[in-house]
Amino acid sequence: MALQKVLGIETEYGIIVRGGESNPIAASSVLINAYVQELARNERGAASTRVGWDFEDEHPGNDARGFNTDGSLPPEVETHLVNAVLTNGARYYVDHAHPELSTPECADPRSIVVFDRAAEQILQRSMVAARNLLPEGQEIVVYKNNSDRKGNSYGCHENYLMDRAVPFGKIVSHVMPHFITRQIFTGAGKVGTEAAGLTSADVPYQITQRADFFEEEVGLETTLKRPIVNTRDEPHADAQKYRRLHVIVGDANLSEVATFLKVGTTALVLSMIEDDWLQRDLVPARPVQTLRHVSYDTTLARPFELADGSSMTALEAQWELLDRGRKYAEDRGLDCIGGDDVGREVLRRWESVLTGLEADPGSLAGQVDWIAKHRLIDGYRERHGLAWDDARLAAMDLQYHDLRPDKSLAARVGLERIAGADEIDAAMTQPPPDTRAYFRGRCLSRWPESIVAANWDSLVFDVGGDPLRRVPMMEPLRGTQAHVGSLIDGCDSAADLLQQLGQ
Amino acid sequence: MAEREQKKKQAPAKSDEVVEDTPAKSEAGEKIKGELDDLLDEIDEVLESNAEDFVKSYVQKGGE
Repeated sequence: MALQKVLGIETEYGIIVRGGESNPIAASSVLINAYVQELARNERGAASTRVGWDFEDEHPGNDARGFNTDGSLPPEVETHLVNAVLTNGARYYVDHAHPELSTPECADPRSIVVFDRAAEQILQRSMVAARNLLPEGQEIVVYKNNSDRKGNSYGCHENYLMDRAVPFGKIVSHVMPHFITRQIFTGAGKVGTEAAGLTSADVPYQITQRADFFEEEVGLETTLKRPIVNTRDEPHADAQKYRRLHVIVGDANLSEVATFLKVGTTALVLSMIEDDWLQRDLVPARPVQTLRHVSYDTTLARPFELADGSSMTALEAQWELLDRGRKYAEDRGLDCIGGDDVGREVLRRWESVLTGLEADPGSLAGQVDWIAKHRLIDGYRERHGLAWDDARLAAMDLQYHDLRPDKSLAARVGLERIAGADEIDAAMTQPPPDTRAYFRGRCLSRWPESIVAANWDSLVFDVGGDPLRRVPMMEPLRGTQAHVGSLIDGCDSAADLLQQLGQ
Repeated sequence: MAEREQKKKQAPAKSDEVVEDTPAKSEAGEKIKGELDDLLDEIDEVLESNAEDFVKSYVQKGGE
């Protein structure tokens, strides 16, 4: 039986300093520190940079194919940089030269939408807070996109908890076709191309931000020779039972519907893989080329060749996966993606978006980012009689992703909302109730002075006198409100809590 | 409503839905077209003023 898919999204944001010299690492640090300091002033213990990130259990060099390359790769974590743990259970830090926010672990795709939007609002608050720390006339601006249009890309990664017993090769062959074809509703759109040897004349507009940057089918890298299926094997949980599929091939979405479907359909496909539900192999004959082929085909009509010699379009592949998903739901239920209500909503929206893509893609301008962006930019292009390589269109492409509410174009195109304003506000500081993020977030909120370090699968307490104590959290679905809510509420101190936990 | 859902489940659905959605489609299409003009007027005021410089100066380091 498929595991419940505990989910998370990590987003690296683009960052610039307007009116000043732009050192992205310094700017990212200022941005995050400004937010944390403002919280510390306003709300007791709402977050703390004093609580360090604990790298004890990080092994980004572990490969799911069964070997370890730690030492041969450039270091993935830079311990001296800002690294805040928030009371909503998220991690907010500087990664390479970008501000990055990893959502807390979420138990269903709707919850992911809420926490992804809360992350946007945290970045928005950070930009405002940073203004006070910068010289007059300077401003830090953050973009939720994946490319600077000059060949530099940064990621929006998804994470899915999976059963360790499923052979990795089986995951690869069945999830690859979904990654390649889901682009038609997950793409955030891009004017032109950054692929070597191609120009705007070849690709005036494409479906995704990211397809230009993938060169391998399977691999461990995330920064060079990016693979469609990433093999990083770092479960942040009991490694005997679980793996965490680390997905790097997606775009960052502004549309909530797109985020919901990106994560919801993928969680369902992975569940079907765990339960041996996908018999037909839809792997393209040339996966890397096909990733681009799909991204470059805004008509959605051009078929690609499968490894078995047959051919199909991305839409046909998605219809087939949806059809399997429906039958799977009837037979096995939808607990794997968070239960019946949210699971049916995934199926309903999946069907609705495929129907729209087939009949009239323009009708999805409120749901699919690449269509919303295309409609806006193509409308502007026609009105002013511009060529596709005009800088004004490239500027609009970037500005679609500007997170400042008064500048964002995505905020103006009428994207449909799934999450409510109140629940997004709450999710900026409160953890999801139904994963271990609840334990992390609530402990940080109650006793920040007693926590010296945190990471995904443990908290380290200093309650004075005794040695530091590590509380492991190796089960992502334990430490929920149902498990520990009244325990935490009933404790007066961290020492009290540790005693109650038998530590 | 329930009946319609029932029908969808039984039929392999694809071709059915295209037909069903056609009237809604053109209506929505018209509405969207009208709104686009308003939207383009509105965004004129917020667009980056010097597009060329802005695009040139938007440089990021690779990440991940």
